[in-house]
Amino acid sequence: MLAYAWRRLIIALPTLFVIITIAFFMIRIAPGGPFDQERTLPPEIEKNILAAYDLDKPLWQQYLRYVGGVVRGDFGPSYKYRDFTVVELIASGFPASLQLGGVAIVLAIGFGVAAGTFAALHQNSRVDVAIMAASMTGIAIPNFVMAPLLTLVLGVYLSWLPVAGWGDGAIANKVLPIIALALPQVAYIARLTRGSMIETLNQNYVRTARAKGLRERIVIVRHALRGAMLPVVSYLGPATAAIITGSVVIETIFDFPGIGRHFVQGALNRDYTVVMGVMIFYAALIIAFNLLVDLAYGLLDPKVKYER
Amino acid sequence: MVATVKHETLQRAAEVKGRSLWVDARRRLLRNRAAVTSMAILSFIALLAVFAPWLSPHPYDEVYWEFIQAPPNFEAAHWFGTDGNGRDLFVRTLYGARVSLMVGILATGVSLLIGVTYGAAAGYFGGRVDNLMMRFVDVMYSMPFMFFVILLMVVFGRNIYMIFIALGAVQWLTMARIVRGQTLSIKHREFIEAAHASGVSNVRIIFRHIIPNVLGPVIVYMTLTVPEVILIESFISFLGLGVQEPLTSWGVLISEGAKQMETAPWMLLFPAVFLATTLFCFNFIGDGLRDALDPKDR
Repeated sequence: MLAYAWRRLIIALPTLFVIITIAFFMIRIAPGGPFDQERTLPPEIEKNILAAYDLDKPLWQQYLRYVGGVVRGDFGPSYKYRDFTVVELIASGFPASLQLGGVAIVLAIGFGVAAGTFAALHQNSRVDVAIMAASMTGIAIPNFVMAPLLTLVLGVYLSWLPVAGWGDGAIANKVLPIIALALPQVAYIARLTRGSMIETLNQNYVRTARAKGLRERIVIVRHALRGAMLPVVSYLGPATAAIITGSVVIETIFDFPGIGRHFVQGALNRDYTVVMGVMIFYAALIIAFNLLVDLAYGLLDPKVKYER
Repeated sequence: MVATVKHETLQRAAEVKGRSLWVDARRRLLRNRAAVTSMAILSFIALLAVFAPWLSPHPYDEVYWEFIQAPPNFEAAHWFGTDGNGRDLFVRTLYGARVSLMVGILATGVSLLIGVTYGAAAGYFGGRVDNLMMRFVDVMYSMPFMFFVILLMVVFGRNIYMIFIALGAVQWLTMARIVRGQTLSIKHREFIEAAHASGVSNVRIIFRHIIPNVLGPVIVYMTLTVPEVILIESFISFLGLGVQEPLTSWGVLISEGAKQMETAPWMLLFPAVFLATTLFCFNFIGDGLRDALDPKDR
């Protein structure tokens, strides 16, 4: 188990390195620099600016400098927000993004597993059909359509919740973004759980548990659910990635002060360092989470240990 | 008596022979009501998209000053209303359909080309080559690809052709994995060996013998890639990083509609319905094809 964790960690590092390298060189072959949109500067001043950001050095020096910086946790300065470094921007946005994404994924697992299990236990009943139809809708309607629709109904027509903004961190302001972000994942996890639950309920060990006279609730919760959770657990890796990408859109729609909004703003402004920094940060996050998920999978499924 | 029995047996034999995988699959697909309905709806949307310029009296970029953000109006033939710049929303939605469907098909084509070739090569050559190629795929897999596409868009400008390439370039990974797995399972079969023995080159074996035999799963995955690509394009356009004015796409229209949804809900409604319907249909067709092409499936 520990050896496996090490090996995964050792693979993760070159992966990150490749990502940093690709990002760096792609940005550098971009036509047009970050300072192009402003009025044309006198050559001396432009030279000074480039020198200040080390953009006048040979490419390989810039590259080494950048990689060295990333290793030390320094993603360089933002080209647009002159007084901020990329790390400061990420640090300022991360708490909000983490709240948004964290609560969304917890909700997604909770409601998704509950709905899926319920549907599986009442297979082919009306409730089952209704839950599956709802989850199909949840999957097919993209979150950037769902979010405005939710806002329109809950925020504008019913005026139950604030339409957008941060509201100094008021809970009411977070409800809609969290729902909009979690909904597609709830739908997906519900489908996944239903499928694997139906399969697990037909397994011998569940029959054994029933045969020895355990109460139905214990059979479901303690025996069946554990087996049925395996596909859900392995989906958590992609789910995190989806939540992170989704949060980019959700933060933009709801004007939510997280990292995703910095990323979009950075992309629109060609603020290269910010775009790269956020991308690397997210990649690291996704890789780390994938690693955790795989380890959790090993803990849940005893068969995995022997295979590795 | 004997003759009739023989005749019947022959008939049955002929029947059995006639049911190839594809004929069988088609029959099963046509029995799937959701898939057939989806195909009909999708064909309709595709026809609308193709004939968009002739379906409405209004050009897609014409500004009508007397109809700024007007609700649906049948007398002036603004069936879906107009947008904030007074342009006809019906035509713009259909032009959005053109962009979305084109992106979906072309980007999937790019991903197909790369993924199938790559996967078949990896599976066919095997050993160290395979190992190296698939490790590269693993590395690419952990890229947050949406950010990667956005980065590509930022770097190379918001060019529509760039969208095809960028999306195709990130979507081929799963395709490569599927094709590799399939290739591994057939590469030791006799017909490949026979080709080898008769001196056919590796490249030719891959393209003439391996790839045609792995098409089933590839087709299924293709129908599931199209909606994904459409979704990503809309997502990027929604963020303002995709298709540029005056051209439009569903993502752009939805983004404009979302900003005006309190005063002009039709601007959100029509493009959103079109997008969601298209995604729905592709997913149903993909599911139907999977069931139809996989005889083991329940």
